Amino acid sequence: MEEKTFIEQLKERFGGKVKDALEISGETILIIEKEYLLSLMTALRDQPFEFNMLLDVTCVDYLGQEPRFEMVYHLFSLPRTRRLRIKVRLSPEDLTVESLTSLWKNANWLEREVYDMFGVQFSGHPDLRRLLTYEEFEGYPLRKEYPLRKRQPIIPMRK
Amino acid sequence: MLTRIQKEARPDSLLLNMGPSHPAMHGTIRIMLELDGERVLNSEVEIGYLHRGFEKICENRTYFNLLPYTDRLNYVSPLINNLGYAMTMEKMLGIDVPERAQFIRVILSELSRISDHLTCLAAMAMECGAFTVFLYTIKAREYCWDVIEYTTGARMTTSFIRIGGVRADLHPAYEESLKVAIDETRKVLKDIHGLLDKNKIFLMRTRDIAVMSQEEAIAYGWTGPALRSTGVFYDVRKAQPYSMYDRFDFEVPLGERGDNFDRYLVRMKEMEQSLRIIEQAARKIPPSSAPVVTGGMEPAQAIHDSRSKRVLGPIRLSPNLEGSEKAVYPGILSLDSRSVIPPKEETYTSMEGLISHFKFFMKEAGIRPPKGEVYFSVEGGNGELGYYIVSDGSDRPYRLHLRAPCLHILAALEYLIRGRYVADIIPTFGSMNIICGELER
Repeated sequence: MEEKTFIEQLKERFGGKVKDALEISGETILIIEKEYLLSLMTALRDQPFEFNMLLDVTCVDYLGQEPRFEMVYHLFSLPRTRRLRIKVRLSPEDLTVESLTSLWKNANWLEREVYDMFGVQFSGHPDLRRLLTYEEFEGYPLRKEYPLRKRQPIIPMRK
Repeated sequence: MLTRIQKEARPDSLLLNMGPSHPAMHGTIRIMLELDGERVLNSEVEIGYLHRGFEKICENRTYFNLLPYTDRLNYVSPLINNLGYAMTMEKMLGIDVPERAQFIRVILSELSRISDHLTCLAAMAMECGAFTVFLYTIKAREYCWDVIEYTTGARMTTSFIRIGGVRADLHPAYEESLKVAIDETRKVLKDIHGLLDKNKIFLMRTRDIAVMSQEEAIAYGWTGPALRSTGVFYDVRKAQPYSMYDRFDFEVPLGERGDNFDRYLVRMKEMEQSLRIIEQAARKIPPSSAPVVTGGMEPAQAIHDSRSKRVLGPIRLSPNLEGSEKAVYPGILSLDSRSVIPPKEETYTSMEGLISHFKFFMKEAGIRPPKGEVYFSVEGGNGELGYYIVSDGSDRPYRLHLRAPCLHILAALEYLIRGRYVADIIPTFGSMNIICGELER
């Protein structure tokens, strides 16, 4: 009952910005347009929703669909013990989304990881570099077209 | 190519590399330091030396086959990783797990949590010079791993908790070894308290060093003992109880200042609570319903006989198939045929059993959850360990993402050591319990 009103609250507050608000197996999901991301996240972080923790940032590559990439943000509200998933679709032509580093500090590394693995650009990120692979690495390993067995050793393999 | 710190450094300061391979760093992590004498002006942490592409591998393995890869994330407490993955899949498939299996899961994952904390404290204390503490904690950890080894057959890479239950029932020697492990761990905890709590050397290196405020800890996404050391009450076991944690009586210890010493103390107190949970679970666990099978037919004989007639009697399975007997299934595994391997006796003796066995392991068959996505988290040794799985209806995940608690904690290291001495890096890094397997996936 309470969850239901929570979705209604979200719809009421962000009406025009939210494309869709769903609840699937106890998880609340908001699908939004990318231009509203930063303003919506700021509003969610503060009262009355208090999603004060950014749990996770990741991306999914839906190769063959349009728009192809989907950014997935997991928020958590410590005072209310509530989770929220926010999804933003990105097309490969304009693979840029606003950075959340101004709101949460761990967004810095999380976004670097997404950039490293998918090549998503984050506008406003102070130091967007690869995190897990190295600078000379070519391509984005978690994209679907990247072959599983491709090797890019930084030092040549011994014969 | 210049790194960030090389570009930003003052011309008169000293640049120093700490790691990736350094005797005081457990795990391969490189910290680049800009120093003014002994003081850290600025630093940059570089990770990725143990990146194995876990998520990419998982996209190319079936749901059943990717389980062993989860062992290698936080390799000190693999059972919690198994549990997180299995429970995410159970949520996706809507499977109920038998009660006895739930208890086994709780006991084993609390033992893993203890061994995780012990390992962290061992390394932290040893790096501060307390070698005795290292020996004591490793001794206690061996006793905990004895219990795990009896039941799972492995010390670290267990792959024991399966989707729908656990692989095998508890070993007959479990009760005795558990008693020894609990007693010995209690003794060791008492000894460590005596050795470290008022130890001046240890206090000087940990008290009020690398202090994290509550606001900062939340902004960095800290979870687990590190977050609780700042005084924030958040434990997944209490906030959103999974498995059976709502049935046990335990407390969540909190720190006050959020410094290195509090992180040590919270871990110590948490182990005591874990021991309490284990004791309660060991008392409450329902008895095994499986009959004790002795003797039985050899598998080769059964296969031979099944060609001419239906084989009815018990079949003696090889010891490494322990837990795949039909009789023990109802107690420890869900009977849902979507997620559980068909019992071995059926595979050996009947055509239908053989077909369903192949149907389970065949390409494009086996575990196939419905289209959709699921996020589920458990309380790991370091904090919230979350799995995000996207399914497209096929037999392998379309995308599997792990929320690694370490990553968020380590992201704050640069902030914590700024302005401190070089020597402070060691206990700060030690108190974070960075496990590279989980950090870099």
